[in-house]
Amino acid sequence: MTDDRLVIAGREFKSRLWVGTGKYKDFVETQKAIEASGADVVTVAVRRVNITDRSKDNLLDYIDPKKYTILPNTAGCYTVEDAVRYSRLARAAGVSDLVKLEVLGDERTLFPDTAGLIEAAKILIKEGFIVLPYTNDDPIVAKKLVDIGCPAVMPLAAPIGSGLGIRNPYNLKIIMETVKVPIIVDAGVGTASDAALAMEYGADAVLMNTAIAGAQDPLAMAEAMKYAVHAGRLAYKAGRIPRKLYATASSPIEGML
Amino acid sequence: MSETIQIHANGEARSLRRGTTVADLLRDLEIKTERVAVELNLEILDRAAFDRQVLNDGDRVEILGFIGGGSL
Repeated sequence: MTDDRLVIAGREFKSRLWVGTGKYKDFVETQKAIEASGADVVTVAVRRVNITDRSKDNLLDYIDPKKYTILPNTAGCYTVEDAVRYSRLARAAGVSDLVKLEVLGDERTLFPDTAGLIEAAKILIKEGFIVLPYTNDDPIVAKKLVDIGCPAVMPLAAPIGSGLGIRNPYNLKIIMETVKVPIIVDAGVGTASDAALAMEYGADAVLMNTAIAGAQDPLAMAEAMKYAVHAGRLAYKAGRIPRKLYATASSPIEGML
Repeated sequence: MSETIQIHANGEARSLRRGTTVADLLRDLEIKTERVAVELNLEILDRAAFDRQVLNDGDRVEILGFIGGGSL
């Protein structure tokens, strides 16, 4: 599968597993988990620099932007204004024009405010951003996002950090058939089988954070996710057998006594 | 004219020598200029302007960088 590259807005990615950098014990664990996951896209949040305690390390001292694609996100933004402001700050901080755009609707579910998302995406695309929108598992919204110029869409599997797995596989299927851009399933994955399923359904990549960082052994889970995404992708490309209600013998009858 | 000015940096009040530039402030705070963004009174400041942008009394400076976060 060496030629099975993921291409978004002309950029080529080796890994179909993308990871977040939150909730780890420390930067060393973050670095090791990312390494174990094999991910080449790493998402980061934008926040105030701690100016009172400068002894604190910088995340990017541990995650080399030359080795990884750094994907800034607008996590924590609940309004169009904030999401646009944080995106501009991320670009000004000098990593790239990429942004994982989140406009959240409510603190309890962290579901996207899809009306706000479309509005913010329009503004940012006009300013030359490559907008990867974190969206609901809603095929109509996914189509609108693509129509306004998003080069990929990132529908959720389940609420962020919930670990519920894919709650609506049929909607994800419809999104995959509706839009002709890469689909990155983002948020809600709990364990390896969830990631494998997403890929078997035909997702182009999976992005996760809590499933790895929150596991009892994050490094082992990172490795499990690497294999799950790879296995799921291979199975999707291989083409599964149809489901049947009754048995079909796999050994020939001929030659029996 | 007073020798010092009062500004807010990341929400904290600070006294600075009059004539301090954004680059001076970052140097004093031991912040490397690469990979941070600076907002001055809600306007993003171009990195190339850090050296020549002199801070004024009452300015509000925000210095932001990247931290760990996924989908929060």
